[in-house]
Amino acid sequence: MTKQEALFTYLLRLGDNALVMGHRLSEWSSFAPILEEDLALTNIALDHIGRAQALLKYAAEIEGKGRTEDDLAYKRPERQFLNVLLVEQPNGDFASTIARQIFHSAFELQLFEALSKSKDETLSGLAARCLKEVKYHWRHAFDWLQRLGDGTEESHERMQKGIDDLWMYSGELFEIDDVEAMLIEEGIAVDNSAFYDKWNALISEALSSATITRPEEGAYMQTGGRKGVHTENLGFILAEMQYLPRAYPDAKW
Amino acid sequence: MPLSKENIFDLLSGIPDPEIPVITIQELGVLRKVELTSDGCEVTITPTYTGCPAMQMIEDQIREILRDNGILNVSVKMTYSPAWTTDWLSAEAKDKLRKYGIAPPLSSMDTVAFIQCPHCSSFNTEIISDFGSTSCKGLYRCNDCKEAFDYFKTH
Repeated sequence: MTKQEALFTYLLRLGDNALVMGHRLSEWSSFAPILEEDLALTNIALDHIGRAQALLKYAAEIEGKGRTEDDLAYKRPERQFLNVLLVEQPNGDFASTIARQIFHSAFELQLFEALSKSKDETLSGLAARCLKEVKYHWRHAFDWLQRLGDGTEESHERMQKGIDDLWMYSGELFEIDDVEAMLIEEGIAVDNSAFYDKWNALISEALSSATITRPEEGAYMQTGGRKGVHTENLGFILAEMQYLPRAYPDAKW
Repeated sequence: MPLSKENIFDLLSGIPDPEIPVITIQELGVLRKVELTSDGCEVTITPTYTGCPAMQMIEDQIREILRDNGILNVSVKMTYSPAWTTDWLSAEAKDKLRKYGIAPPLSSMDTVAFIQCPHCSSFNTEIISDFGSTSCKGLYRCNDCKEAFDYFKTH
């Protein structure tokens, strides 16, 4: 593996996380419980899709084979997508979406903070921009976690279920392999495993203040997305997202 | 006489923001730099938000104005560094926002957030949602004049 190949893979992992998460959140459009929430979730979706566009564009440049960000988003099959399993999980009920957001936003706070010090200027600039956006995403998820967790009996039960159901996808966020190792040495990538403790502290405190029980240490964790092995959910996302460009190749808006 | 890069910067400075047309892309801090190339120019812009849908329109407007001024070979470069911040908005630009009905962003250094109603100037306001009609705005309500209003979020 060359440094160029490692960077391409790393950018796909970051870009695919953003793209799939953005797509999932956009599914709330016109379905959220209230109008303000419809706007909030789709605004957060837009931040993710914008981020995906920038990351995949950079990935395509690094690859140097003439592909564009659209080619990477619309013409790759499922096994070539390298997002973590957490972001492809279905929206479920509103509490379940908030559970996914709280895990993901707490992770991104650490990720972009660290990545804003990368020696790669494109990545550090983008990370500094994303960090400002993620602070709002975190606040949004945190507020809802408190309101639902410490709300009615039913909202508490649903919030607890969302956290319990998605917990097994949280471990993969902190994995690293040869790809990251090579780039960490160069000062380009960041070591996700190094900020597990911060994430854990943030999540434990947020759950406890929302009267939600934190799942136990050492629970079984799912993995595979970063290597292209996904849950069945990703196929359905791609079927919808890629339908138009595959049915009408090179269609212009 | 060919246009200097300062001339070109001035020309582009007049482009209004597509979503908030009372301020220009220069006042907003989106327009960063103009460099002359051998047969045209390179314009550097920075997005306010990564997903800002206005960026394509801004790029199109830059090309259109330059074409009208005889510069055909234009490249528009997008940069994320340094990251865009609302601190780049001048006092005049903030005043224009207020008159347009949008509460201007507080300084990122401010620790206490009292958002002033752009209609009646009351500080007795409350947040409805951190996410509003565009990526850069949140939705607030004034408890005195009862009007809902947009707040340009601090970034």
